[in-house]
Amino acid sequence: MQKTATPFSRRLLLSQAALLGLGATAARAQSMIDLGLPGGDGKRTLSHEFAQKSEMILLRTRAPLLETPMSVFDQGVFTPNDKFYVRWHWAEIPESIDTKTFCLTVRGHTNQSLSLSLKELMAMPKVELAAVNQCSGNSRGFFAPRVPGGEWGNGAMGNALWTGVRLKDVLDRAGVKAGAQQVRFNGLDQPTSPDGPDFMKSLSIDHARDGEVMIAYAMNGKPLPLLNGFPLRLVVPGWYATYWIKMLSDIEILDKPDENFWMKTAYLIPDRPFATMTPGETGVPLIPINRMLPRSFITNIPADQKIAATAPITARGIAFGGDCGVKSVDFSADDGRTWQPAKLGKDEGKYGFRRWEAEFTLAERGAHKLKVRCTNAKNEVQPEQPNWNPSGYMRSQIETTPVEAV
Amino acid sequence: MKRLTTLLLAASLPVTTIAAEPPKSLKVDLSNPGPYFTGPGSDPVNANCTACHSADMVFAQPPLTRTAWQAEVTKMIKVYKASVAEEDIPAIVDYLTKLNSPPS
Repeated sequence: MQKTATPFSRRLLLSQAALLGLGATAARAQSMIDLGLPGGDGKRTLSHEFAQKSEMILLRTRAPLLETPMSVFDQGVFTPNDKFYVRWHWAEIPESIDTKTFCLTVRGHTNQSLSLSLKELMAMPKVELAAVNQCSGNSRGFFAPRVPGGEWGNGAMGNALWTGVRLKDVLDRAGVKAGAQQVRFNGLDQPTSPDGPDFMKSLSIDHARDGEVMIAYAMNGKPLPLLNGFPLRLVVPGWYATYWIKMLSDIEILDKPDENFWMKTAYLIPDRPFATMTPGETGVPLIPINRMLPRSFITNIPADQKIAATAPITARGIAFGGDCGVKSVDFSADDGRTWQPAKLGKDEGKYGFRRWEAEFTLAERGAHKLKVRCTNAKNEVQPEQPNWNPSGYMRSQIETTPVEAV
Repeated sequence: MKRLTTLLLAASLPVTTIAAEPPKSLKVDLSNPGPYFTGPGSDPVNANCTACHSADMVFAQPPLTRTAWQAEVTKMIKVYKASVAEEDIPAIVDYLTKLNSPPS
């Protein structure tokens, strides 16, 4: 058995081994995958048992936490709906939605309250946007020291083409009154404990009216899977997925800051670059998590892959800028000592995944470390150093893939 | 890829002329309760914890000290308002610590 695991499916591993003319690695049960988490506890079941989903990495059955296998990101910049990761806080999720009676309410500090049917909503001007949806705790399982929580590998993210209406247009239809401060979003999911805090998130009124935040009714050209928020989901381009309320059913305009648990107490980060602190450190100022940072991944070479020495190899993968576009991606085949610019693929929108590709040759046999680094349009660069915070949020360091040249 | 190309072409069409129809109603089955805790001492853990979440979430945790498991149980009660019987708390923390804690 391999000592360190690969985040790739066995099928992919085999096909790549075949491509490289190498023998298959030790057989592994088809239904398992190893995320390669430090400590070796990243073994997970691959499940086909969830509605409207194909093979997903199972982290929790109820309330569902389903991760996208990294191999999926090698297939294109848009993540298929049936492979898009799933994350719910509470298990009380409606199992059926009647699209004729469903309505979205808009109320609070407005000139009038609205109750919009799907038909009324879909008659409003349509917008489309590619955007990455990434869990605040994506990659939490790689934190050192480890922290409790959803022990994700790198697959709690996805990129989709979202279709819907501008939130601004819906707010204008209700007429926001002067003095509005925040807009709070609530979905149809409910706490499983009677007094548990209902999951709600808020944006500032200016952010909500920026013309980019949208209410999506389609994802990659199809209705959203129920587990991704059917029939409506808030899309907050460039911001972590905690704000992208699923099964969106209620919008409340507030004339004061939202002090609900999920804004005031949960999803807080150290108010520092890369949201980092030292374990045990006290008195760190905390703020609600917000915009994403640049990240990049190799998607065609799994960890510990055997690679032919002295032959040219193409590495490829995905990158995203966070809350702006990708400016450049650099690749290193020598553990970061030297870098070469990667070739970027088509730009499908500044908030989406961007394909990159780089050719390299490992001259000497033995262990090597591959790295990829994204610089975004704001000239923010992925750091060498890992970040740490007790909630396991916002990992964005340069990722390293160990390989062996043979 | 072909499908994506089609999508992107569709995106460039004038958008205000065609009002899309709402999608069909949807019904799925989310009744799978997932795994439960097993073995000696698992009864109070199943009785108090699985009303809100399946046991696989716990199985996926890194090794946690007794103090850390105690903190998790306290968080479930204080923050998420899990109705955990007071007298069951020590037994739950015992079970979790035995299940998964760092080697001492």
